Amino acid sequence: MNISTLKPSPTQVWQIAQSHFRTLRADTPFQPRIDAAAKTNEWYNWSGYRAPHSLWDEELEYFAIRSQAALFDISPMTKYRIEGPEAEAFCNRLTLRDVTRLKPGRVHYTAWCDDQGFVLDDGTLFRLSPDRFRLCCQGRHLPWLLDSAIGFTVRIGEETEQVAGLALQGPTSFAVLRDAGFAGIERLKPFDLADFAHESGAVTISRTGFTGDLGYELFVERELALPLWDRLMVAGQLHGIRPIGYAALDRARIEAGLIVANADFTAAQQAVRADRQRLPYEIGLGFMVDADKGHFNGRRAILDARAGKKLRYVLVGLEIEGNIPAEHAIVYHKKNREVGLVSAAIWAPTAKKSVAIASLRRPFGDLILDDLWVEIYAMRELRYERVMKRARIVPRPFIRLERRSATPPADF
Amino acid sequence: MKTWDVIVIGGGHNGLVNACYLQRAGLDVLVVEKNDWVGGAASSRELTPGFLYSNCSYVCSLFRPEIMRDLELPRFGLQVIAYEGGAVLTQDGDYLGNYRDHDAHRREFARFSKRDAEAYDRYARDVTRQCRFIQPLLMRTAPDPTSLKPRDLGELLYLGKKFAGLTAEEMALTLRFWTISISDFLDEYFETDVIKANFSISGIIGTALGPMSPGTAYVLLHHYMGEVDGSVGAWGYARGGMGAVTRALAASFQASGGTIRTGAEVEKVCVKSGKAKGVVFAGGEEIYGKLIVSNADVKRTFLKLVEEKELPDIFLRRVKNFKIRGSSGKVNIALDSMPEFPALPKDSPCLRGDLHFTDTVERMERAYDDWKAGRWSVDPFLDMMIPTTIDPTMAAPGKHFMSCFVQYAPPKVEGRDWTDADRDAFAETVISQIADYSPGFRDRIVHMEVRTPRELEAEVGLTEGNIFQGELTFDQLLFNRPVPGFAQYRSPVNGLYICGSSTHPGGGVMGAPGRNAAKEILRDLARSDHHMSPAHDVI
Repeated sequence: MNISTLKPSPTQVWQIAQSHFRTLRADTPFQPRIDAAAKTNEWYNWSGYRAPHSLWDEELEYFAIRSQAALFDISPMTKYRIEGPEAEAFCNRLTLRDVTRLKPGRVHYTAWCDDQGFVLDDGTLFRLSPDRFRLCCQGRHLPWLLDSAIGFTVRIGEETEQVAGLALQGPTSFAVLRDAGFAGIERLKPFDLADFAHESGAVTISRTGFTGDLGYELFVERELALPLWDRLMVAGQLHGIRPIGYAALDRARIEAGLIVANADFTAAQQAVRADRQRLPYEIGLGFMVDADKGHFNGRRAILDARAGKKLRYVLVGLEIEGNIPAEHAIVYHKKNREVGLVSAAIWAPTAKKSVAIASLRRPFGDLILDDLWVEIYAMRELRYERVMKRARIVPRPFIRLERRSATPPADF
Repeated sequence: MKTWDVIVIGGGHNGLVNACYLQRAGLDVLVVEKNDWVGGAASSRELTPGFLYSNCSYVCSLFRPEIMRDLELPRFGLQVIAYEGGAVLTQDGDYLGNYRDHDAHRREFARFSKRDAEAYDRYARDVTRQCRFIQPLLMRTAPDPTSLKPRDLGELLYLGKKFAGLTAEEMALTLRFWTISISDFLDEYFETDVIKANFSISGIIGTALGPMSPGTAYVLLHHYMGEVDGSVGAWGYARGGMGAVTRALAASFQASGGTIRTGAEVEKVCVKSGKAKGVVFAGGEEIYGKLIVSNADVKRTFLKLVEEKELPDIFLRRVKNFKIRGSSGKVNIALDSMPEFPALPKDSPCLRGDLHFTDTVERMERAYDDWKAGRWSVDPFLDMMIPTTIDPTMAAPGKHFMSCFVQYAPPKVEGRDWTDADRDAFAETVISQIADYSPGFRDRIVHMEVRTPRELEAEVGLTEGNIFQGELTFDQLLFNRPVPGFAQYRSPVNGLYICGSSTHPGGGVMGAPGRNAAKEILRDLARSDHHMSPAHDVI
């Protein structure tokens, strides 16, 4: 039979492609394994995918991150492929950091802004080769990327569905990978990446993560996804590997002081209220801005705001007395003047402290650092227990784990 | 003989809203309606046994929830059922669906263009920003910029402050948005024909402009500001057809003691020494009212019901030049079974929403070209839906009512009046377009009501058949609607007010003109308006 006769007709192609109205939350390539692990059946919508809020026990899943190895499906993360002779120059123009200093085989955390300097998103930029990059983020930015690429010899493609992703995080994550047969994994330093053979293809493993712990992220073509999951689960059996949901990861990321777009700041593209947009310096990303690297999107607006002292907000880490999480609490100066809002807070099990990420209106959090308070409304059995607690500005991350950066990693 | 406190001419939704508020303020209000039923352009009639039509307007979203609450419309039977979305059926046999689910919507658009799929967020953000600017103005009387009254200055200041609250960038975007064409506006976000055609629909509905005419982006905004029971941006079917809106209003009005007289066509508003005194019916009968409120459009009110000599020259000229051009027709069809659309999966939610066949902006513009030449479009734009897929009250099980809004249809055919033969040919154009996408469609037709601008004017009373009682272009909005200096529901004739869609904020079955006019009348009478909810906050 001729291959071309097997090709579905246009109508058949449409019918396959049209089925999304029947399944509003798509499955990721790992869904069969996730479903099998899902004892709680608690799902949430992650960019149109059915993602687990928890799988078996939200609190114990957190401890898998901190004392064992936790496996988290990051396939719904938006991924863009950026390739071509001017890929580096393009990425340099797009993002805040100096991409010429990002060597092949390295990853950096970065952000990008619109022409007014407002942050569109933050994400990780993977330099897979001299002229091949992958950009991972929460939001969707294809029009912005394509428009920014005008004049550059570069190809940009969206590959969220094609590329499956896993985060393997926790003290035994290195041992899991080593025992899974990824030879040379011990050589990866934080933010290194390398390709490793897997089945008929390859898996790209980077020493990155969203937990502040020792950990890795693995990217693979969707066809090879399930064998990768199985390979890790088998190798990890004696290392306490456990699949986890987002609730546990969210605790770890707050402890690590990491921010999430549209949770800790409003991405410019979504901001219906123009005053909710933020410059990088207003959400703790000022360290990325490289004024010396030449033009990049939003450069003039950002530098003007910085020079003209027009920065209105500052994002800070808070340590709060007591152990009551201060989620979405209002921040006060001298207990009476409202100066900001907590966007994320937990009692941090590893730090043993109540910590929070908050946005304050300058000069509070910038020049005025003392006498800050948070007013916590804790709903307890249908009554708000209202407490005013002292908050102290502290550097992020709230925990610093040596194992995160030790190379080669220790064998836990 | 009895002198009514208020006589409202026309029992359309705005006339009834106005009457309800005035009656509830303790006035003795009479609504007079020329037809034997109330409803105006929001009516449901059974023209063939077993089928109820939404004869004119056919969907509900813009009707202000504050009014529904004040007038207790749910208690009087109004229920609006939201539908999910619709589709544009393309000439190659595919379709573009619209889904409420953000990600299903994105995946659908990605079938045509990944770029366009991801452009939607920014598009929605920008349109929403413009809506948030305009929406608080809907339920406020527009200020008169030529007046030095403290209240007008206050309202102007409010407008000014709102505008000044914008950044320079936003101000530029807002001014641009008010004047740009929908086609140019969409070009800034999308690249795919069918996706642009999909969004441009809201820019031209009811407007004698094409998608490439400046000012059509604002018309889109007008259609974007609605909600169904708090579901922002949603559109729905009034259960029992759009007549349910006016039936509930009439019931609310009568429950509060109001009087409705149907089959009573007003021929003249009596004016004595510059003051309106009453109305004269077609039969010659005269009745008296201290105040007269006209729900008729501004042309009908001042060019037909009031003697020209009672009106100042400039006012009269401006009323004559007010753009109220007929641009659309309506074909209501009774079907003995559900039509098939092979392009759509049988379980597609789009079948319950609005269906269209115009898959490029250019086709839409070509359809407009025909209008300019004085002909109805050879390849018209249809806004077509089958409310009986959701609403079981309009036809027997298995039978269906299909509503087809048709654009473009000129007020006169090549300069002469529409004839019955024109009307039939117009209907044939519509049916043949539907049949192209729905095999066997003709065989399902039980009955049709075909309304060209001629019928819309003669039967509903809309001048030239314009569904908005005047186009919603920016030169005819806010303090310029309908005429500069007379945008506050008053007229040059003392005691004569206007409350229809010719006034701010315009048409679309909002009810806001009727409500705002009531507020102004109560102000003039120094009566309390505590029974009128202020506009919901936009925060």
